[in-house]
Amino acid sequence: MSDVTITIDGKTMKVKQGTSILEAAKEAGITIPTLCYFNLENADIACKPASCRVCVVEVEGSRNLLPSCVTSVAEGMVVRTNSKRAINARKMNIELLLSDHPNDCLTCPKSGSCDLQRLTQIVEVRSIDVTGTRRSTVPVEVGKALKRDLSKCIMCRRCETMCSTVQSVYALSAIHRGFPAYVGTAFEEPLSDTVCVSCGQCSAVCPVGAITENDEVEKVIDALADKTKTVVFQTAPSVRVAIGEEFGLPAGTEVTGKMITALRRLGADYVFDTNFAADLTIMEESAEIIERIKAFLNDEKVSLPITTSCCPGWVNFFESQFSDMLDLPSTAKSPQGMFGAVAKNYFTQKLGIRREDMIVVSIMPCTAKKVEADREALKVNGNPDVDIVLTTRETARLFKLANIDFTKLEDSEFDDPLGESTGAASIFGVTGGVLEAALRTVYETLEEKPLKKVEFFDVRGFTGVKTTTLKIAGIPINVAVVHGLANARKVMDEVKAGNPRDLHVIEVMACPGGCIGGGGQPYHRGDGSVLSKRTSAIYEIDKDKKIRKSHENPFIKELYQNYYGEPLSHLAHEQLHTHYTATAKY
Amino acid sequence: MQNYKMHMLVCGGTGCKSANADQIVLNLKRSLSECGMADDVSVTQTGCFGFCEKGPIVKILPDNTFYTQVRPEDANEIVTSHILYGRKVHRLLYKDQTTLESIEDSKHMDFYKKQHRVALRNCGFIDPGNIEEYIARDGYLALTECITSKSREEVIQIVKDSGLRGRGGAGFPTGLKWEISSRYDDEQKYVVCNADEGDPGAFMDRSILEGDPHAVLEAMAICGYATKASEGRIYIRAEYPLAIKRLENAVKAAEEYGFLGEKILGTDFSFKVSLTFGAGAFVCGEETALLRSMEGGRGEPTTKPPFPSEHGLFGKPTTINNVETFANIPVIIRQGAKWYRSMGTEKSAGTKVFALAGKINNVGLIEVPMGTTLREVIFDIGGGIKDGKKFKAVQTGGPSGGCLTEKDLDTPIDFDNLVAKGSMMGSGGMIVMDEDSCMPAVAKFYLQFTQEESCGKCTPCRIGTTRLLELLELICNGEGTMESLEELRRLSSVIKDTALCGLGQTAPNPVLSTLNAFWDEYVAHVVDKKCPAGVCTKLLDYTIHADKCKGCTMCFRVCPAGAISGKVKEVHFIDVSKCIKCGACMDTCKFNAITRG
Amino acid sequence: MGMVADPKSQYEELDKFLLTIAGTEDELIKVLHRAQGIFGYLSDDVQYYVAEKMKIPVSKVYGVVTFYSYFTTKPKGKHRISVCMGTACYVRGAEPVLEEFKKELNISCDETTPDGKFSLDTLRCVGACGLAPVVMVGEKVYGHVTPDMVKDILAEYA
Ligand SMILES: Cc1cc2nc3c(=O)[nH]c(=O)nc-3n(C[C@H](O)[C@H](O)[C@H](O)COP(=O)(O)O)c2cc1C
Ligand code: SF4
Ligand code: SF4
Ligand code: SF4
Ligand code: SF4
Ligand code: SF4
Ligand code: SF4
Ligand code: SF4
Ligand code: SF4
Ligand code: FES
Ligand code: FES
Ligand code: FES
Repeated sequence: MSDVTITIDGKTMKVKQGTSILEAAKEAGITIPTLCYFNLENADIACKPASCRVCVVEVEGSRNLLPSCVTSVAEGMVVRTNSKRAINARKMNIELLLSDHPNDCLTCPKSGSCDLQRLTQIVEVRSIDVTGTRRSTVPVEVGKALKRDLSKCIMCRRCETMCSTVQSVYALSAIHRGFPAYVGTAFEEPLSDTVCVSCGQCSAVCPVGAITENDEVEKVIDALADKTKTVVFQTAPSVRVAIGEEFGLPAGTEVTGKMITALRRLGADYVFDTNFAADLTIMEESAEIIERIKAFLNDEKVSLPITTSCCPGWVNFFESQFSDMLDLPSTAKSPQGMFGAVAKNYFTQKLGIRREDMIVVSIMPCTAKKVEADREALKVNGNPDVDIVLTTRETARLFKLANIDFTKLEDSEFDDPLGESTGAASIFGVTGGVLEAALRTVYETLEEKPLKKVEFFDVRGFTGVKTTTLKIAGIPINVAVVHGLANARKVMDEVKAGNPRDLHVIEVMACPGGCIGGGGQPYHRGDGSVLSKRTSAIYEIDKDKKIRKSHENPFIKELYQNYYGEPLSHLAHEQLHTHYTATAKY
Repeated sequence: MQNYKMHMLVCGGTGCKSANADQIVLNLKRSLSECGMADDVSVTQTGCFGFCEKGPIVKILPDNTFYTQVRPEDANEIVTSHILYGRKVHRLLYKDQTTLESIEDSKHMDFYKKQHRVALRNCGFIDPGNIEEYIARDGYLALTECITSKSREEVIQIVKDSGLRGRGGAGFPTGLKWEISSRYDDEQKYVVCNADEGDPGAFMDRSILEGDPHAVLEAMAICGYATKASEGRIYIRAEYPLAIKRLENAVKAAEEYGFLGEKILGTDFSFKVSLTFGAGAFVCGEETALLRSMEGGRGEPTTKPPFPSEHGLFGKPTTINNVETFANIPVIIRQGAKWYRSMGTEKSAGTKVFALAGKINNVGLIEVPMGTTLREVIFDIGGGIKDGKKFKAVQTGGPSGGCLTEKDLDTPIDFDNLVAKGSMMGSGGMIVMDEDSCMPAVAKFYLQFTQEESCGKCTPCRIGTTRLLELLELICNGEGTMESLEELRRLSSVIKDTALCGLGQTAPNPVLSTLNAFWDEYVAHVVDKKCPAGVCTKLLDYTIHADKCKGCTMCFRVCPAGAISGKVKEVHFIDVSKCIKCGACMDTCKFNAITRG
Repeated sequence: MGMVADPKSQYEELDKFLLTIAGTEDELIKVLHRAQGIFGYLSDDVQYYVAEKMKIPVSKVYGVVTFYSYFTTKPKGKHRISVCMGTACYVRGAEPVLEEFKKELNISCDETTPDGKFSLDTLRCVGACGLAPVVMVGEKVYGHVTPDMVKDILAEYA
């Protein structure tokens, strides 16, 4: 596209046609404040309702101020982002938002990372002169995954965009009209009574404290203080490349060692790795894949394509939206679930303690994991395999609460035996990772020879739906990698309509980019590069690992030898697999 | 059609129908057949005559007798006296407001003298349920001409040359809009007729649809031809059941006659029309909101660009025009651009329909050439202010417009002049206010409307209009200060400047225009705590008149504030400092001894 | 309305209507109009039913229902009284008329009397501005209404 010449705050410059004033200003080193807008360009996710009117600027020749986030540049345009008129309007619109807001920053869970709070500072609102009634407040709702305080909703529509456009779950919609309007659920029911899959993407983008993760930090402190309990931590693959951001480290800094040290400082009895369980998941899941494909080749009636099942957001989604196809997903539990099962069954046995005396705490990128841990299939006699789930954000807060100066920590290693993992496990944290990990094992099992190149580059990257065909042992296997549930819906609708592309294996991750973009991760603030940097860091971890295939993990081998026998054994089925139940579609 | 000697036209507009016009029709027919005249005199139910104030109206042709406020029981007398014996029923004739003389021929009524009916040409003349009557008045001739002998470009050129500007409010040149729309290529394109008419107190679109539905259908087809669209949709308020019924019938009839549907009149042009109902949201009149509503969603406006011409209904190129805009099209095609341009002003060609309402004698629907002054409209056509009161202000443009005052009365009405005066044309609502109207209260009324009708999408409108309303309530309750007035101005200017759509951008207009023109009245409210017009009840004092008070103690007993004192059978007193102005005492006093003022 | 209708036949009637249309998302408002016509109001169940039948997220249905003032989620009284608060009616004294109705019925706007007989609301211009101020009771239009006419109007429905 051709360039146009524009002048912003006196600086004349050439920018590409079609650029927004906001983007053009950014190029010129001018940061126009925004509130409703966000744009994750690399993941093709954007929210541009132009509703907050905070980003307004003065454009010569225009009667009104214009929202810079959605106004494209035009040849000869003269823009003033900091005229008195623009500044006052911006101020007034923030002031109006505050006039209809609880303003309890001191105790708000979002305090410190709240966009509205930050903007209030930036535009220098020092008093709220326009006062009046507040939108009738909706009671605060505390669910297993999320907490909602909709009296704080500023109608930016970001959550709605995530829930509808990106996830196609449609649990949220703007409701009511005018002053009473806010974004909520049908009949204003709690989220947990709706089709919500608990992915937490709404909380990941909410600029204020209207939707946040359900904070369970206190439960962990209680557990650690209870001397009768053995407290075991597991940490998910994607947390280690993100949690550093909460302590000022650049996105994509890998801080596994520091994270382990921090957990030990809290007083953890064991710090293990969910990655270990990810290797276990691959063992079970690839065995299942091979079983189904072999049966298929023998013309037996079999459920294909097989889909992954390690993402609870996706599991919740297919249980409601594709409840007539519950035979398709792998029955393997997620790594979190498998870890809990191994810890509470095998490891307690090893330690010689009762399962009730062990507290398993998961450190997860994910709000859906909180709900997953509550599933009946993950409990024995009411005692859960995983007791408490903290998101990355909560974990960082826990560290701060425990006076831990994270960046200054020395590195340390996971405990044995549930701390050892392979490169295959580490890539679980990104879209395409689970499938790639499985393929490494499926390949070697079927071909019965070592894989020369372990990377499957075709399944990597941010494209919403990636498909490719692999020839393994002469068998062409069609695989698809999907992230974002709206993309999953598309693929599943296609499967439902007869599976024209003959897909055999489908990996689905609910969150954009996979778990590195999870609903419980540090806020990306609309900066897509954050997700890319976390992704690269994950692939670095894989590259640096000596062992990169799950079936080569020595402790996994030992576990099968000593306990489970072999993948899909009776005991494995009992402890490491689950079943699915149809839930309401609307 | 049969050859009737006389025609009786009974108004079938919503106003008259709600005042029992249907029964009048039945009674007239019965009386006629009782007298054996049923074959000589026709009875037709037409669209609105515009003179709704004095409805129900019965007009008799060919002598143009204009009966007002007819009741069903008058039917017999009209038939026996007027039809049978040729004696007009004098008590039902319209009387001139100044001379108080009965007027026998409606042509001599001031109300009609200055009017020039173009868009309303068929309203009150034809039976809107009968396509033949429309055809008899050259209906569908323009469409026929267009599709058989004119190129699309020629049609667009005529509309451009006519200078017609959109009657929905913004006054965008219609021909230009069509030209832009015609440039986008897509297999599926739409023509949308905006019949949402949300401006309360305005009813011109409704009257056109009720009185002349085919004119709109014909125009939509012409627009479809010119812009290469094959589908038309009318977005109409669900609150207009009669208009809906007449439109539905008209679509059916036009299809039967081959004016709508596949291969119209044997040409290659196909065009179908369907109806979509609104559901009570003023903002859905805004075109982007209207599209979202037609798509089955919440009627929330979206930013422009992209404009509907490019990205409209279901993302397809769409031409949206207002009912009245369309109603002008067939005549423009038939009579030519030059003819149309000969009416009106340089920049606003043609005529404009206004809904005259408020404290005026002749409430109703009028159509005048652009450039007519407000004075002519209000005093000549409208018959002046009701009950001989003093004119105070006139609000044009509905809740988006502003108040114009005495000094603006000689302004020729057109799009640009009204904007220059701080108001706007809007859709044509014209509400007249007299000395009894309190202007802060009027501004409050309009803000109540916009606040309630805000879609809630954008900050300045969702919260800003609420704060404006609250400030006005404060002022009207006597709790405002000079700072409140400053705040009103500051807030108004930001809302105007930053709201997403026209609703919010224009919502402060009634506030700003009344602040400018009636500053003293605002000051009286906030400084003197007085409402000069005597409207704001919280600012009025209650007084017991000693001459009337019987000392019955009733007021003493109901007063919740303990503000009344007095002994049995003695005159009572109100302590103004304690009174909370609830009005209970006044309601209770059987002797009318208590007044408010 | 007013009569107690059999819910089963009401749903059947709605089903029948759904068969006559394409059932695409853009027809939601049309369907809701019809449903309100059949059921008198749009209960949660009815909204849920519409969502399921039309395969539209129920949150969206609720979002639409709560956006448009024409739709009601509460049952209305047997006689629905609507006072026009359009500009033409307002300047000719609709407000005192509304106040009088509130006082006589002892309810506020958008409420129904405890006996279910009357509900009171306002509307914006029925297009009979010539008769301002206008009050509608059910389908019947009353023109030139003054506060002292209120008692008599109500008496008609006693
Ligand atoms: C809040 C708002 C309400 C509107 N209501 C109407 C309406 O009721 N009828 C109408 O024709 N146009 C209405 N408009 C104008 C339309 O957006 C649009 O400009 C018009 O329908 C275009 O037709 P025209 O060019 O023939 O006027 C409204 C605009 C706004 C901002
Ligand atoms: S949401 Fe933000 S502005 Fe609101 S109370 Fe919380 S921290 Fe403060
Ligand atoms: S920021 Fe101000 S209000 Fe908040 S704690 Fe500090 S001093 Fe108090
Ligand atoms: S958690 Fe996910 S599914 Fe649930 S409301 Fe938020 S975005 Fe929608
Ligand atoms: S809940 Fe949060 S993300 Fe959703 S609209 Fe409200 S402020 Fe925006
Ligand atoms: S992608 Fe990862 S973070 Fe997101 S829901 Fe699934 S498991 Fe949780
Ligand atoms: S200005 Fe008002 S009506 Fe228009 S988009 Fe904003 S909130 Fe909605
Ligand atoms: S109610 Fe009237 S008459 Fe009786 S005491 Fe009061 S003012 Fe006097
Ligand atoms: S208006 Fe009310 S408070 Fe005032 S004197 Fe009368 S009854 Fe008492
Ligand atoms: S950021 Fe541009 S309008 Fe909200
Ligand atoms: S409705 Fe009868 S004259 Fe207007
Ligand atoms: S304003 Fe009441 S009928 Fe028009």
